[in-house]
Amino acid sequence: MAEAMGFFTDTTVCIGCKACEVACKEWNQLPSWNGGANTLSGNSYDNTRRLDGMHWRHVQFIEQFSPDRTQQARWLLMSDVCKHCVRAGCLEVCPTGAIIRTEFDTVVIQSDVCNGCRYCIGACPFGVIEINPVSHTAQKCTLCYDRLQVGLTPACAKACPTASIQFGPVRELQQRAQARVQQLQSQGVKDAYLYGTPGDGHTEELGSLNAFFLLIDRPEVYGLPAKPKMPSRNLFSGSAFSIVGALVIGLLGVFNFRQRRMAQTGDGHS
Amino acid sequence: MAECHPVAFRWAMQAKLKGAKIIHVDPRFTRTSAVADLYAPVRAGSDIAFLGGLIRYVIENNKYFRDYVVNYTNASTIINDDYKDSEDLDGVFSGLLAYNGDPMNGFKAQYDNKTWQYKRAPIGDQGRSAATAQSGEQSTQSGQQTQSGAQTQAVPKGPPFDELVRSLRQGAPERDETLENPRCVFQIVRRHFARYTPEMVERVTGCPRDVFLKVAETLTANSGPERTSTFCYAVAWTQHTYGVQMIGAAALLQLLLGNMGRPGGGILALRGHATIQGSTDVPTLYHSIHGYMPAPTALKSHDTLQDYLKTETLPTSYWANTPKFLVSYLKSMYGDAATKDNDFGYDWHPKIDGDYSHMAMMIRMGDGKVKGMFAMGQNPATSINGRLQRKALGQLDWLVVKDNFETETAAFWYSAPEVKSGEIPSASIKTEVFLFPSAQIAEMDGSFTNTQRWIQWHEKAADPPGDCRSDPWFTHQLALRLKKLYADSTAPRDQGFKNLLWNFDYEAGQYPTDTRIQGEPDVEKIVREIHGYISQSKELLNGFADLKDDGSTTCASWIYSGLMTKDGKNKARNRQPDPDNKPGSHLNWAYSWPANRRIFYNRASARPDGQPWSERKKWVWWDGAKWTGYDVPDFAATKAPNAPQNYDATGLDALAGTDPFIMKADGRAWLFTPTGLVDGPLPTHYEPIETPIQNPLYKQQNNPIVKYWERDNNKIAKQGDPAYPIIITTYRLTEHHLSGVMSRWLPWLAELQPELFIEMSPELAQEKGIQNLDFVKVTSPRGAIRAKALVTRRLRPFVIDGKTVHHIGMPWHWGYQGVVTGDVTNDLTAMVADPNVSMHEGKSFMCNVEKA
Repeated sequence: MAEAMGFFTDTTVCIGCKACEVACKEWNQLPSWNGGANTLSGNSYDNTRRLDGMHWRHVQFIEQFSPDRTQQARWLLMSDVCKHCVRAGCLEVCPTGAIIRTEFDTVVIQSDVCNGCRYCIGACPFGVIEINPVSHTAQKCTLCYDRLQVGLTPACAKACPTASIQFGPVRELQQRAQARVQQLQSQGVKDAYLYGTPGDGHTEELGSLNAFFLLIDRPEVYGLPAKPKMPSRNLFSGSAFSIVGALVIGLLGVFNFRQRRMAQTGDGHS
Repeated sequence: MAECHPVAFRWAMQAKLKGAKIIHVDPRFTRTSAVADLYAPVRAGSDIAFLGGLIRYVIENNKYFRDYVVNYTNASTIINDDYKDSEDLDGVFSGLLAYNGDPMNGFKAQYDNKTWQYKRAPIGDQGRSAATAQSGEQSTQSGQQTQSGAQTQAVPKGPPFDELVRSLRQGAPERDETLENPRCVFQIVRRHFARYTPEMVERVTGCPRDVFLKVAETLTANSGPERTSTFCYAVAWTQHTYGVQMIGAAALLQLLLGNMGRPGGGILALRGHATIQGSTDVPTLYHSIHGYMPAPTALKSHDTLQDYLKTETLPTSYWANTPKFLVSYLKSMYGDAATKDNDFGYDWHPKIDGDYSHMAMMIRMGDGKVKGMFAMGQNPATSINGRLQRKALGQLDWLVVKDNFETETAAFWYSAPEVKSGEIPSASIKTEVFLFPSAQIAEMDGSFTNTQRWIQWHEKAADPPGDCRSDPWFTHQLALRLKKLYADSTAPRDQGFKNLLWNFDYEAGQYPTDTRIQGEPDVEKIVREIHGYISQSKELLNGFADLKDDGSTTCASWIYSGLMTKDGKNKARNRQPDPDNKPGSHLNWAYSWPANRRIFYNRASARPDGQPWSERKKWVWWDGAKWTGYDVPDFAATKAPNAPQNYDATGLDALAGTDPFIMKADGRAWLFTPTGLVDGPLPTHYEPIETPIQNPLYKQQNNPIVKYWERDNNKIAKQGDPAYPIIITTYRLTEHHLSGVMSRWLPWLAELQPELFIEMSPELAQEKGIQNLDFVKVTSPRGAIRAKALVTRRLRPFVIDGKTVHHIGMPWHWGYQGVVTGDVTNDLTAMVADPNVSMHEGKSFMCNVEKA
């Protein structure tokens, strides 16, 4: 396998221009809402609304203003994307083998193998995947697998004017990101931290993320789970529920039969 | 800047990563504010109060860069004893007169700037005439004509014009380098801004005092020998009835701080993406010809070539070469027909006789005085006071629209709101509309000039589809057809057009073979015409230093001369960046006019003795024999720093080795502007034409000579009108471009911002019972539109002069054509204008909002 490649998204320099969204759609030829005739969401400048089968990049606009605008006044901007988890839930549950791990350690859904069963949609802890209404298959960011294979930078990173989205070998990006966190902290941004790097206290269960983020507020503020989980993690609890459920039904049955018997016996007495 | 110029903002963010501080001053908390270190909210239109506060802070706290100010600006220059400041006259300057010119020019009044002049040896003028700012529409004339007429009449008719230039010479201005003379510019500036205290800033702008002071401290801490600060503005800063003075205030402040002509300094006008810089250099402006020479006008002393040169030439400074620039330009217009005997065809050249800027033209059109219009890449149907402009379009006989899509302007006759509502029946509109589909930028060869004056070539990538044609094709074919039509005319008025040199066809056998399009001109020939050549031999020039005033050189645009090498290589194609951004002038990337200089007036990056102010900000310096450095020095190449001024000489020879501002007659940057601006020598806070308050600073409420075209469909709300109590500003979003012609038709862009909205604070929403996403009706005296509410704390009410005033904002990207449509925000705006440049005031006016 070649070196693991990924994204480092530094949200502190994102200006919310959405060039990443447009570059992604253009390169990957993704459809637009209703031929472009979308509606206003009313949620700040976010009319994209979410990541799904036709939106593989999604810029979030999070307004944080206290009523007087002096206690707090900030507008968090963050370009969200598939995390290309080192241990990927979607890949784990895919029954057809459509989801593969590439030589770049990225996670890609092969559209021609996907049968649209939707298991991966439920399995993704980040809500990244959805059915593309044109292809009717599950789709998400491929980290521009086709571009990577010919040595090109993914479209979004190429288009980003402020280097908020950085592409490269994950190890190198992690070092760069650590240095950036230190720089920010020394400048007084004490809340700066990385989400998706080894030992980040959040994503251990997924073995960290190949597309990771520099954040300055809690993960939940950006719609990210504080502790994302693998679907297999639910196997034990899921099966436990089944066993307990079966026991309960069995006991209820026994109890029920007993009741009937008692009633019948009671009848005899009367 | 992040909103309107995200790609240019890359560099601001890179500077931030290296530790630069970003300050954002705006009525709204925008995407720029989101990444700024400091956000200062101000009410729209109060910028001069804010900047004036900074100027006062810098002066009163001794934070100005004294060595720079004394040596490189006109701070020490003594002003005429008769000058009266706005301090003396409660908001106006001496020389205010009634305007008695053509009402079509819009002026409410005019200034005679005689009293604003430098005090000097008997004869007095030190600037170009007012023509640089406007086109002679005011009956008063500044400058040159006041000096000894008898002397100039004896001047022989040129060429050569050296004697003419010599005859215009002036005495040296009086100076006090201690800056203590009460009549010196520095003391006048100090008195002028004394009332702009932090308390007053808060009262007028609504910006909290502590935030203002933090801005002042950050700015001054980052200016001086070791550091520089830059001001960036998107063109909205110009869109006020005192927009030129706003930028003048920024320039004054930057000069006090020593931030001009130095790396990392300056004022960066972030002009449009579509080569707006180029379109003023090689102009599409009505009032100037190539290279910022004033257009010949019937309203000034421009009757003959000699008159024009006498009026417009500065005897000192580089503008002493005006005769060379103008004669070479006339040669490019009329070729061999332009001879010494016919004044190089000067009499054929069209002269303007009034304001033909966009708004004045549309007013004329509305009055039925314009027959036809070409709208190429512009969309007046959604422009300022859109209803008025659409009505005006209906008065035309014919309208040609050349654009990528069927724009609102092309479709106004059947699709405009007032047509659809039946108010104006389509059948009543007689205008014949021709829609020509246009090629896109990647479908034609050409150049962009960016805001830093870099001319960058772009190559055609593919043929345009169908009947789409490039702009050069269209203009070329139109000219060829018109030439044919006029070929047999004997009317005197047509001789200029008949003699017009139009020689842009490809040479035989040279036409490109990889295209199906026929009839394109050879654009490289146009570049040659702009760059210049020896008239006889057609040999290319080295640059504008080769130009002559006798017709032996031909050059359309002197400032672009140097764009080609002697052997015909187009330097706009250069693509060699400096490795590792060192030294970072990137002299081999594209070509920057003039003479490939990257920073104007860069002599100011060195101390008076010629050495850099600091190692950190080193740029251009004196090596003992010549000027050298990382950039092309903007100074006489071998003039030593200790060369004295010599007002017996002309041109650059008159200026001292310490006078960096070589396009100014005195070689100094002007804190105080004696000529060139029609509305005053110093920036002064006036209220927007529509405002909730009385001007807290002066009795004078508005710019006294503002342009306003009074019409029934162009009404103005009076100050404090209760029907329109809310301040509105209009703007662009990153997702769209201008009126949306290039973005609302593209699904991937349309879906990002699909509907027109109005941004308002929760405070206002609550007061009006409006919920997020409710439809809202917005009204002004010009019209009413509907939009969805976007309720956000990024907008805020301001406390202005003691009372709470609501402030809303609306983007103006929508119209009735395209994939996504919406009401025209500009149906609300008014045709009022800055008197210097006829720019509108769409950035600040009054409205009302109600739940629809």
